[in-house]
Amino acid sequence: MKIKVFVTPKKNVLDPQGVAVGHALESLGLRGLKGTRVGKVVELELSEPDSPEFRAQLDKLCRDLLSNPVIEDYHYEIAQ
Amino acid sequence: MNIAVLQFPGSNCDQDAFQLFASGLRLPTRFVWHKETRLGDADLVVVPGGFSYGDYLRCGAIARFSPVMAAVRDFVEKGGLVLGICNGFQILCEAGLLPGALIRNSSLEFRCVTCDLAVADAGTAFNTRVLGRRIRLPIAHGEGNYRIDDAGKARLEEHGQILLRYVDNPNGSMGGIAGIRNEEGNVFGMMPHPDRAFERFHPSSDGLAVARAVLSVRFPEIARKTA
Repeated sequence: MKIKVFVTPKKNVLDPQGVAVGHALESLGLRGLKGTRVGKVVELELSEPDSPEFRAQLDKLCRDLLSNPVIEDYHYEIAQ
Repeated sequence: MNIAVLQFPGSNCDQDAFQLFASGLRLPTRFVWHKETRLGDADLVVVPGGFSYGDYLRCGAIARFSPVMAAVRDFVEKGGLVLGICNGFQILCEAGLLPGALIRNSSLEFRCVTCDLAVADAGTAFNTRVLGRRIRLPIAHGEGNYRIDDAGKARLEEHGQILLRYVDNPNGSMGGIAGIRNEEGNVFGMMPHPDRAFERFHPSSDGLAVARAVLSVRFPEIARKTA
C-alpha cells in the first residue's frame, strides 16, 4: 500500500515561504494569483494492508510527527 | 548545583551553553547525550541551540522523540527547571512543553544580529527589577517567528508568561515575542542566545543575568553566590 501525506500551513497561519514563492510566480508573468501556500509531501510504502486500526495509527503519527497541529494541517491519500 | 546540557546530533551551541554555566557562573555542569534515558540529579536541564537532526521535517520535530526527551518530560512534570535556547526553544515547543510554534522568519532571511530586548515581568525571578528594562542578546536563526493562536496569546499575557520581546522585531514574531515560560513557571524558552553573551569578546554580558534569573526560580540563593 502506498500513502501520500500532505502537510500544509494552516489557513490562518502566515506562510512567508508561500508569499515569497507567490511573488516569484508573479514576476514570471503569472496573472490573477490569489494565494500561494507551500507545504510538503511525505510518501510512505507499507507491506501491511489497510485497516481501521492502521488509520487511527496513521492519524496519530500525522499529528505527533509529520505535522505540527499548531501551525499545520494534514491529509493523506492511500493507494492499494 | 548540577547543570545538565543536552546534546543532540546537530546541536552546535552545546559547548556555548556549557561554558555559560561552567565558566560564566562557575557551576558544576555536564553534558547528557540524547540517547540517555536518565538525567541524573540535574537541577537545571539546558536544551541548547543548533540544528538537531538537520532541522529535517521541522525544527525540533525529530529531537522531540529522542530518548532523553522522555526523561525531560518526567523532569518537567516533577517541577524540574528547563531552559531551551534557540533550537532548544523550538524542541520544547514541538514537545508541547511550551505553547506555540516557531516558523520561518517573515523576511525569509537567516538573522544573525545582536538585539535589544524589552524584559517583561514574568514572575518573581524573571522581571524588570532583576534584569532591568532592556537587555542585549545575539540572535542567530532562520525560524524564530513565534506563532500561537489568539486564545493562546491571551493566556500567555494573562499569566505573565512572556519573558522577552524584541524592540525591533527581526523575524515577524507575534507581539515581538522572543521568549516565554510555561504556565507552571519551570520551563523557559527563548530564541536569543544568553550562551553567546558572557565572555569579554561577546557583544554583551547580559547572558549571565538571564542564566541567573532562570536558576533563581528554584534556587534564589544563586543570585548572590554567583554575582
